[in-house]
Amino acid sequence: MAQTNTNLDQNKFVAAEELPKAQSKVKEFTKKFMKRKTAVVSLVFILFIILMAVIAPFVVPYAPDQPDYTALLQGPSAAHIWGTDEFGQDVFSRLMVGSRLSLSCALIATVIGTAGGVVLGLIAGFYGGFVDSLIMRCCDVLFAFPDILLAIAVVAIIGPGMVNVMIAVAVFTVPSFARIIRSATISVKQSLYVEVARSLGCKNSRILFVHVFPGTIQSMIVNFTMRIGTAILAASSLSFLGFGANVTEPDWGAMLSLGRNYLNTAPHMVLFPGILIFLTVLAFNLLGDGLRDTLDPKMN
Amino acid sequence: MGKYFCKRVASAIPLLLVISFVVFMFIHMIPGDPARMIAGQDATKEDVEVVREQLGLNEPLLVQYGHYMKGLFTGDLGDSVKNGKTVVETIAPRLKPTIMLTVSAMIWATIIGIALGIISAVFHGRALDYIGMIIAISGISVPSFWLGLELIQGFSVALNWLPTGGLDSWQSYILPSITMGAGIMAVLGRFTRSTMLETMREDYVRTARAKGLKETLVVMRHAFKNSLIEIVTVAGLQIGGLLSGSVMAETVFSIPGLGRLLVDSINFRDYKVVQALLLFFAAEYIFINLIVDVLYGVINPKIRYN
Amino acid sequence: MAEKLLEVKNLRTEFKRDKTWVTAVNNVSFSIDRGEILGLVGESGCGKSVTSLSVMRLLARNSKISNGEVILNGTDLLKEDKKGMRNIRGREVAMIFQEPMNSLNPCMKIEKQLTEAILLHNDFSKEQAHQRAFDVLKSVGIPEPEMTLKSYPHQLSGGMCQRVMIAMAMSCEPELLIADEPTTALDVTIQAQILELMEEIREKKNTGILMITHDLGVVAEMCSRVVVMYAGRIVEEAPVKELFAAPKHPYTQGLIASVPKLGSGVESLPSIPGSVPDLSVMPKGCKFAPRCKYATDICREKEPELEVVDGVHKCRCHHFKELGKEA
Repeated sequence: MAQTNTNLDQNKFVAAEELPKAQSKVKEFTKKFMKRKTAVVSLVFILFIILMAVIAPFVVPYAPDQPDYTALLQGPSAAHIWGTDEFGQDVFSRLMVGSRLSLSCALIATVIGTAGGVVLGLIAGFYGGFVDSLIMRCCDVLFAFPDILLAIAVVAIIGPGMVNVMIAVAVFTVPSFARIIRSATISVKQSLYVEVARSLGCKNSRILFVHVFPGTIQSMIVNFTMRIGTAILAASSLSFLGFGANVTEPDWGAMLSLGRNYLNTAPHMVLFPGILIFLTVLAFNLLGDGLRDTLDPKMN
Repeated sequence: MGKYFCKRVASAIPLLLVISFVVFMFIHMIPGDPARMIAGQDATKEDVEVVREQLGLNEPLLVQYGHYMKGLFTGDLGDSVKNGKTVVETIAPRLKPTIMLTVSAMIWATIIGIALGIISAVFHGRALDYIGMIIAISGISVPSFWLGLELIQGFSVALNWLPTGGLDSWQSYILPSITMGAGIMAVLGRFTRSTMLETMREDYVRTARAKGLKETLVVMRHAFKNSLIEIVTVAGLQIGGLLSGSVMAETVFSIPGLGRLLVDSINFRDYKVVQALLLFFAAEYIFINLIVDVLYGVINPKIRYN
Repeated sequence: MAEKLLEVKNLRTEFKRDKTWVTAVNNVSFSIDRGEILGLVGESGCGKSVTSLSVMRLLARNSKISNGEVILNGTDLLKEDKKGMRNIRGREVAMIFQEPMNSLNPCMKIEKQLTEAILLHNDFSKEQAHQRAFDVLKSVGIPEPEMTLKSYPHQLSGGMCQRVMIAMAMSCEPELLIADEPTTALDVTIQAQILELMEEIREKKNTGILMITHDLGVVAEMCSRVVVMYAGRIVEEAPVKELFAAPKHPYTQGLIASVPKLGSGVESLPSIPGSVPDLSVMPKGCKFAPRCKYATDICREKEPELEVVDGVHKCRCHHFKELGKEA
């Protein structure tokens, strides 16, 4: 393979050499992953929800905001499989269409939070010293507002609304991700191949991006997956508290919040959104578990 | 041991100071004019200025900080804009319900969570393990407010066994306590299981078996005691977060506690109360963690005897 | 002839790997007399530790003993129920392990760890148990027993921990002591002390010792007879002098040749090429054939039996007669 490469750019050379190996790694990973049935089922479920987020507006039986004043607060029936809400809107259609709102909110928040956490964690773990302690002390401060409290505090500052909930959840993702990536970075940094790269005279920045960063990807993928579940929970909790989406929007948390007023007469309005949130979060958590076991069988 | 203890306390103090500063800055981080936000969009200019003066927002930042810190040490956290009471007066009556609820949730969740983890680890790979882990992962994934609502629907509305809200009798604690503790139970269960599995592979557990000890003694006296060192840390983190975790349960069950007060105060833009609550929750979290760190030192002979 | 203490007959132990059972120990038989030290030698992964754990019935849950007998003092341990087995462990058979630092419970004082076994197997009061703990620590050469009793394992050195382990094993005066690589993790000077201590115990108490090791030096020094294992099977069994003077099996020969001898002047040590085959992909015939320079077609086709060479010397090789002359 090396002979066919007339361009002796070293990066390409290395990439060409590694290509078949990387492919077989993916194959091996897929093979191992397919053995974990709960994780596979979870993945299928997640893909279904994502598909719904994309195509739901075109396939659901009713428009999400189509009122039907002849069928208010009706329980599940043939016409409305998950019943209707207080405006006679079809709960199933609203939930499916709402998956776009709820999923994208959680996904975007997690991506932003992860990116921030990864950058901070890499810098802290790789450079150590003062930068490290500065970043980690900042994280400690954020950690002092445990769980959802941090997100609530952020919303308290910037005010309610869907976008602000997203920001709040992103902020709430950063510190724990920074901590995880930092410890992964430190362990990769101490590994032999980084020592070798260093002794060969690689520049710091090159070591960081070419050698250390890929080493942390495993724990990144696993934690990212699990954090999406946490983000869905956090976002729906904020919506439930009234800090998130407007109650007229088909957001899962907001729908649940609304359904609360009809707990006596229309329990399905709470039941179905809750089950959907629960199953989606469960699927992300199980997928995360499966990925972790596949990527690193030593961890339990 | 004494040195370890001093070190822990010493590291908590600067953290508390930084946090008190962050919480102080809270009101200044609000985009736009906080005085205008509090007074409302249709308030007159004069009204806004009155609010500004009331909150001391017209003074230089450093002077404000001085007042704030002085207030912290003298117990004067300002006034609530909602009902004219002081912040301390507003918060004080809310403490008891939250603490009662937290303690009850903590007790059952820790006991059940750890028991679940031990059972799963002992029956690793068998039906009981799977059942335990299904319970645990469900507990992590379930939105606590939904769990609360479904509990009300089942036990209060349908069966009429337990009250739907408030804290009038001991029965009224049951459902909120389950709602609050479910997540912690789940996290502890999972962590206990993985720690126990690791510990049970240790050589000294094999030694204990080679002595001829009963399996229950091997598990409890040797494996669990060692796992406990790790479990305490995670339990501490969870319990520390519990007080602020009361937000969801108190909202669902209409309990007049601190969490509910926080949500109401945010909606009312009662920033002095929000500030005080944030500081209180953070301080509580750090304090619990400090206790856990000390406890960790006490049960870990490697720290106790060095 | 001395009285037989332990007799292992046709032991077969399997464990589950990816839903299939693989055999880790196959058709292993040996015996130990009272007051005898038997060496069990082989590379890591040859099944020697599994053999010892099978005797104690301390195997991990994913493994099972599918065949054989383990007769201690006339009773078959494999037929004992859980409770009966617990009574035997610690009282009749005791065990010491490779990593003394990890084999003691890090969050329990030495005293508690010692008296735990003593109280379990004897009808002692707390004071008597304490006294016994003190005495055994003293007998294994610990200079300040009272202080050691009050310590946690991390406060002791590796050699001290191994002495404590031996004391713990001897605290109920077992008739059989299984030592699984007892000196591997220790410094060389400490190794000698520990071995000496074990020899002393054997002399005083007439304890039978099963010494599991990969160190032929330890075998030469301590054991009266040796069993060599390879890939879960016994390949050779002989009195120690005979084994070192005239090894029959090519594997044993290779093992002995790879031990450096002082002043032999050989520049590079011969080593055995290849590595132990994986349990799930065992070769068909003689398990050593792929690594054996004498291997012929029959070796690759048919597994040899463990044949008597002469008297007590046994060997599992198709060609031991020819090879014996050569060696």
